[in-house]
Amino acid sequence: MSTDSGGNRALLESTLAAAKDEGRAALVGYLPAGFPTVDGGISACTALLEGGCDVVEVGLPHSDPVLDGPVIQTADDVALRGGVRIADVLRTVREAHAATGKPVLVMTYWNPVDRYGAERFAAGLAAAGGAGCILPDLPVEESEGWRKAAEEHGLATVFVVAPSSRDERLAKITEAGSGFVYAASVMGVTGTRESVGGRAQDLVARTRSVGELPVCVGLGVSTAEQAAEVAGFADGVIVGSAFVKLLLSAGEDLEGGLAGVRALAGELAEGVRRTG
Amino acid sequence: MSDYFIPDPEGRTPTAEGYFGAFGGRFVPEALVAAVDEVATEYEKAKQDPSFAAELDELLVDYTGRPSPLTEVRRFAAHAGGARVFLKREDLNHTGSHKINNVLGQALLARRMGKTRIIAETGAGQHGVATATACALFGLSCTIYMGAVDTERQALNVARMRMLGAEVVGVETGSRTLKDAINEAFRDWVANVDHTHYLFGTVAGPHPFPQLVRDFHRVIGVEARRQVLQRIGRLPDAVAACVGGGSNAMGIFHAFLADEQVRLLGFEAAGHGVESGEHAATLTEGGPGILHGSRSYVLQDDEGQITEPYSISAGLDYPGIGPEHAHLRQTGRAEYRPVTDDEAMQALRLLSETEGIIPAIETAHALAGALELGRELGPEGVVLVSLSGRGDKDMETAARYFGLYDGADDADPEGDE
Repeated sequence: MSTDSGGNRALLESTLAAAKDEGRAALVGYLPAGFPTVDGGISACTALLEGGCDVVEVGLPHSDPVLDGPVIQTADDVALRGGVRIADVLRTVREAHAATGKPVLVMTYWNPVDRYGAERFAAGLAAAGGAGCILPDLPVEESEGWRKAAEEHGLATVFVVAPSSRDERLAKITEAGSGFVYAASVMGVTGTRESVGGRAQDLVARTRSVGELPVCVGLGVSTAEQAAEVAGFADGVIVGSAFVKLLLSAGEDLEGGLAGVRALAGELAEGVRRTG
Repeated sequence: MSDYFIPDPEGRTPTAEGYFGAFGGRFVPEALVAAVDEVATEYEKAKQDPSFAAELDELLVDYTGRPSPLTEVRRFAAHAGGARVFLKREDLNHTGSHKINNVLGQALLARRMGKTRIIAETGAGQHGVATATACALFGLSCTIYMGAVDTERQALNVARMRMLGAEVVGVETGSRTLKDAINEAFRDWVANVDHTHYLFGTVAGPHPFPQLVRDFHRVIGVEARRQVLQRIGRLPDAVAACVGGGSNAMGIFHAFLADEQVRLLGFEAAGHGVESGEHAATLTEGGPGILHGSRSYVLQDDEGQITEPYSISAGLDYPGIGPEHAHLRQTGRAEYRPVTDDEAMQALRLLSETEGIIPAIETAHALAGALELGRELGPEGVVLVSLSGRGDKDMETAARYFGLYDGADDADPEGDE
């Protein structure tokens, strides 16, 4: 579906729409690029998609991951010490998409993109077959330059909303964003949690009431039960730290880690398909 | 009319979006937007409320000990080309540094917002000690984040914070210094923002912190300007301050911004020398970027990863700087120069031995700069220095650097490595 000049925003939109037509939530997985190595990370993203995720978010590791808990901090640190570069992130996007045909997003803090150049990054991401970008620390007020570049290159811009977001901001963010809205289930950083929290359902309802975009819920989901619960009220379920944890605990045994990732993706995919 | 809480006059900087020229802004995750909005709104209300200024003034006089004195240092100045050197004695404030000015203001704001818990980052521990002090005074719960490298080199301040009832959390991530302490404080804030105020310690961070921290420290320069005029009947030729994040420098610079003949000089930590790559000279060696919520100068690689800074001084060991400093540098209104560990330590010893004043290692960077400036200005010159903090906390580092312990008579000019 990719064209020479355009990114795969339309593929992201049609994937989410197809899940909706099936009467289920989409499953979105997250893994950082370069973890445990660049090639290992590509295999992991591919395993996650083959295992049952509909979409993958490839994290661009950052020296100062202020919104991440210890699990993703550790993975970012491993990736950066391994020397991961933006070119490696883009290669991860390209290969994961090429192997599966599924939509691949990048999730990144803003400074690396700002430094690399928003236009240059958007062009590179689109050329790699990327579908869009999630920018959790770029507030909508500062996003105009990026959105213009993303629009030009056929990329979605996914904004994050939080339980603390007031309705007028939800409207502004939903208006500016594309692809889907990332609803943070709780106030906090990434990491698995026992309970996803009642504020998520309220946030999804409030976000839907002000716009048309699908709303996917992230932060804290790690089990099929939680995925099923969130799938009951959201358009998509986002899982990150639980996958990273599997790879971290597998250590040197990459094949074992990949098998774990594939199995968890399968369980979560079953979770988002449960009815009632 | 307040004597000590003297915010920037209306209609100047920053813009409503928090910009000083090309620098500043509010680059925070959506989860924190409501919280920083609340701080900004409450601060604007507080500025209009005479009871806020009255209460802060009373604290600054009766608790902090303002106004702080201005001391002329003649024996020290003999080493500065004969120029006259005046020290603005923020080291004599309660808790031993300028940090208390901002902390008391923000603690009052936190109380107005109904927050019951305070978190803060600290490098050298001076902001942490001041914050723990204010929390003890106001009966607020207090958690201080401090890099594990710094809890070790500033162990005395860790003990002070704990004595004051604060929880001190050593941060083991990243470079384990000030930058990482701020990261961890932001993580805490996102999770606990309903009842917690992040009492940010410098003129960096997202809007409105660069503005409000500056405003709470403006008293330093307002007092010093008046004191110098009274003492010698004219303004100084140059004002010198150390810069890490830049709060004491902004505090003393701001009252002189309109006095175009007065040069403003910030002295950054050059560590082992800027050419060594081991330094924290952000304006000298860094470039535009976003760190901790605002666009300013940062030390980073070609792909926007923040690089690890180094300085012997925990308080200056930071790869960013407040956005208003980046702006003042760009407009040319202020100059910023690097000072190495060794230059700072020699200045620390010189002030101690010639004047009986032991400055903090951070402050010693400004003193090294003043020696250089004095020589440039010559005997007619007048230099005002922000003596931002006292050096008790640094005795362990200084003793090892100079070999001051019994049985360690040989000075170790390489410091504590």
